[in-house]
Amino acid sequence: MTFAVITFPGSNCDRDCHHAIGAVLGYPVRAVFHKEQALGACDAVVIPGGFSYGDYLRAGALAKLSPIMPEVRKFAEAGGLVIGICNGFQILCEAGLLPGALIRNRTLRFVSREVILRVENTGTAFTSHYEPGQQIAVPIAHGEGCYVADDRTIEGLEAENRVVFRYAGPLRDDVPDGNPNGSRNAIAGIINARGNVLGLMPHPERACDPLVGKTDGAGVFRSMAAALTNRVRTGAVAVPAL
Amino acid sequence: MKARVYVTYKPGVLDPQGQTVCQFLQNHGQSKVRDVRIGKFIEFDLEDMPPAEAESVLTEISGSLLANPVIETFRVEVP
Repeated sequence: MTFAVITFPGSNCDRDCHHAIGAVLGYPVRAVFHKEQALGACDAVVIPGGFSYGDYLRAGALAKLSPIMPEVRKFAEAGGLVIGICNGFQILCEAGLLPGALIRNRTLRFVSREVILRVENTGTAFTSHYEPGQQIAVPIAHGEGCYVADDRTIEGLEAENRVVFRYAGPLRDDVPDGNPNGSRNAIAGIINARGNVLGLMPHPERACDPLVGKTDGAGVFRSMAAALTNRVRTGAVAVPAL
Repeated sequence: MKARVYVTYKPGVLDPQGQTVCQFLQNHGQSKVRDVRIGKFIEFDLEDMPPAEAESVLTEISGSLLANPVIETFRVEVP
């Protein structure tokens, strides 16, 4: 089982992901540059955070047209696990692999701190290692993390349990509702209808190594690894050959 | 030839930047300002071509890249 972490010009969490997945959690991990036209042998794709193309035009708008992206799309369409973190979430939305969009934080400020997330759906390939309703502490660091979509999309996401992570605190004077960026329904992370593409603004990879504090984010990658192992064992879903 | 594209938030999409500017203006005596929405203005220098063709080229670029159809609309202006 191998994770591929994609680096775009301006990605700055690619090595954090590499470290968390490889050195801390012990899973095989490879770096893929955005100019490559093949993902190579891998079982999960990580689109990391950062400021791809300097966030010019819109966060994620230019990265969606990078040479590697058609391969990511093919991989996702074949059922491969894809996780987009922060700028990666923005890229997945821009690419149409996830619904909605991420716009400027309600406060207009870049927010970099720890938040509390409630795990709303533990029945996914990304969250099976958490308890239903578990609250986890994970950092955020973004200026454009306000999740928006039309009413129908939001209602659909809620009805289908596709809001996987929701902001739940801490409650502060400047964020009395615990929602740090003004996202609709305090949405922090969503999954596609098929359940193989997840996007979230918080950084689980920054909460894996005990050296830097909490390890609540590790469950995301452990869940992915477990899902991949199960797939191979049961043959329920063929791992896409690319 | 010069041509222009305007990209703006769809009605109903939260524009905190516009709201902040609006509030600032109202707080500074511009009581006639009701609302402010901030968008993007993009100027192109294109090879000379018939206006209809320029419009079609820019509509393609705008729909696929310059504007995100989930939150934005655009208008192409060809002289």
